[in-house]
Amino acid sequence: MIDSQKIRADFPILNQTVNGKPLVYFDNAATSQKPQVVIDAEANYYKEINANIHRGVHTLSQLATDAYEASRYKIQQHINAKFSHEVLFTSGTTHGINLVANGFGSFLKPGDEVMVSALEHHSNIVPWQMLCEKTGAKLVVIPMNENGELILSEFERLLSEKTKMVTVNHISNALGTINPIQWMIEKAHEVGAAVLIDGAQAVPHLKPDVQDLDCDFYVFSGHKICGPTGTGILYGKEAWLNKLPPYQGGGEMIATVSFEKTTYAELPHKFEAGTPNIAGGIVLGTAIDYLNEIGFDNIAAYEHELLEYGTKKLLEIEGLKIYGTASQKTSVISFNLDGIHPYDVGTIIDKLGIAVRTGHHCAQPIMDFYQIPGTLRASFAFYNTKEEIDALVEAVKKAQMMLS
Amino acid sequence: MTIQEIQNEIVDEFSMFDDWMQRYEYIIELGKSLPLIDEKYKTDDNIIKGCQSKVWLQGEENDGRIMFTADSDAILTKGIIAILIRAFSNQKPADILEANTDFIDEIGLKEHLSPTRANGLVSMIKQIKMYALAFEAKQ
Repeated sequence: MIDSQKIRADFPILNQTVNGKPLVYFDNAATSQKPQVVIDAEANYYKEINANIHRGVHTLSQLATDAYEASRYKIQQHINAKFSHEVLFTSGTTHGINLVANGFGSFLKPGDEVMVSALEHHSNIVPWQMLCEKTGAKLVVIPMNENGELILSEFERLLSEKTKMVTVNHISNALGTINPIQWMIEKAHEVGAAVLIDGAQAVPHLKPDVQDLDCDFYVFSGHKICGPTGTGILYGKEAWLNKLPPYQGGGEMIATVSFEKTTYAELPHKFEAGTPNIAGGIVLGTAIDYLNEIGFDNIAAYEHELLEYGTKKLLEIEGLKIYGTASQKTSVISFNLDGIHPYDVGTIIDKLGIAVRTGHHCAQPIMDFYQIPGTLRASFAFYNTKEEIDALVEAVKKAQMMLS
Repeated sequence: MTIQEIQNEIVDEFSMFDDWMQRYEYIIELGKSLPLIDEKYKTDDNIIKGCQSKVWLQGEENDGRIMFTADSDAILTKGIIAILIRAFSNQKPADILEANTDFIDEIGLKEHLSPTRANGLVSMIKQIKMYALAFEAKQ
C-alpha cells in the first residue's frame, strides 16, 4: 500500500506553488523528483568522503571507492546481473546506447541489419542510424499499430540471419506501451542477433531481471528513478563486454600504457575512462534503496490505479483523444484536444500550476504515424495523487474553454 | 506611427488587464484575427521551426517599407505574432533594425520570447530583422 501523503513529505520540491497554484508535477517520464534522502546523500558525500576513486591509498579515497563499488553491487542485485562487473556506470541512457552502438561497428559489415522499433526515443534511433551510415548496415524498423503496439508478426517476418542487433525500448516514453521484450529477445536470439533494451521508462515502474530476460544489454538513467541527473547504467553480458572495444580512452580504463601499446583494464573499468560522476553513482544506490523500501509491487499497483483513474477522468472531456491505448501500458497518458495545438494547452495549464510535457517527446516517428504535431503527456509517479489528476482535468477543461 | 508609438499603444492596451487569464484571452483573440498568410507563402522556405509550434513568415517590400504576413499552427504563438506584426509591419527597414522587443516584457509575455522557449518566436524576430537587413542592402 502507498501512503501518498507520507511519501509526498519525502519530496521537498512538491510542496510549492507555481504561478500561484500548488504544483502538480506530471512530467515524471521526463525526470523524477528527488526525495530528501537522496538530496542529503549527495551533500553528505561532498561533506564527508569526497576523493577520487580507484587510485588513492589514502583513507578518503578508499571510503569513496568502497561507497562507489557498493553502489555498483547494489545495482547488480537490483537488476539481478550475474556479476557486478557487468554493471557499468554511465551518464545516462543515451550514453549507454552510444557506447554499445559505437563498439558494435566492429561486428557489422555492409548488408547486415540493425533493427529498431517505431516506438523508439530518438536516442535509440540516431546512434544506430549513425552506425549504419558508417558500416553500410541497414536500419530496419518494426512497425506499430493504431493502439501504439508493435506489430509482432512483422517483427518475426523482418528477423533473419542478416539481423545482428535488435534494439527496442522496454516501455515507450511517448505512449507508455509495455513491449513484450522477453518474447522478442528469445526470437532475436533464434537468428543470432544481439538485443539491447532501452529500459529508461521501465525502471521507474518495475524491477528488471536481466538474467531472466536474457537480454545482452540493458540501459537506463538514474534521474528517472529518483537519482541524480547525469547518472545511468549500462548492463552488458560479460561475454559481450569483453568483445566490445572501449568507447573512450583515458585514465582508469587502462592496464598499462606505453607509446607503443596500451592494454586495457578489466571490466568494468575498460568502459569507465576518466573520473566518473562519483557522487552520482553512489547516490543512485541510495535512490534504489529508497524505491525498494516502498516496494516496486506497491509502486506498480498504485500507479496503475492512477492510470485507470486518469484515463477515465480525461476521457470524460469532450473532444479529448488519448494516443497509445495498448493493453499493457504504464502510467503515461498522451492526449490532445480536438482542433487545439498541444503547445497552447500546455502553456495555459502551466499557468494553472500543472507540469506536463508537450511536443513530440523525442519520438517524431510516432507523431508522424498519428499525423499530429505532438501531444500533451501526463506521466504519473507513486507520489502523485487522484486529487492532482482532478486538478489536471479541471485545468484542461479551462484551457479548452479559452482556446476554442 | 513609429514602431515605438505602436509598442506604447500595445503596452497601454495590456495595462487594462488584471490577470494572466485576461491577457491570454486577448492574445487568443488577436491570434484568431490575424489575417491569414497567403497559402502560396506557407512553404518550407518560409517556415521557422520551433521545436513545438511552427511559424511561417513572409515579407514583401512596398514603397520602401516591409509588409509582413505570418501564421502559426498554435493559437497563442499566432496571437503573439499578431502583436509583433502590428509593431514591425509597414515600417522602414532601418527602423526595424533599430527597434527592440522590450515591450513584450512589459506586457507580461517575456517567457514567450525566451531563447529557450520552443515556440519559434525568437527565430521569427531574427527572421524579421533578416528581411530588414536584406531589403536595406538592396535600397
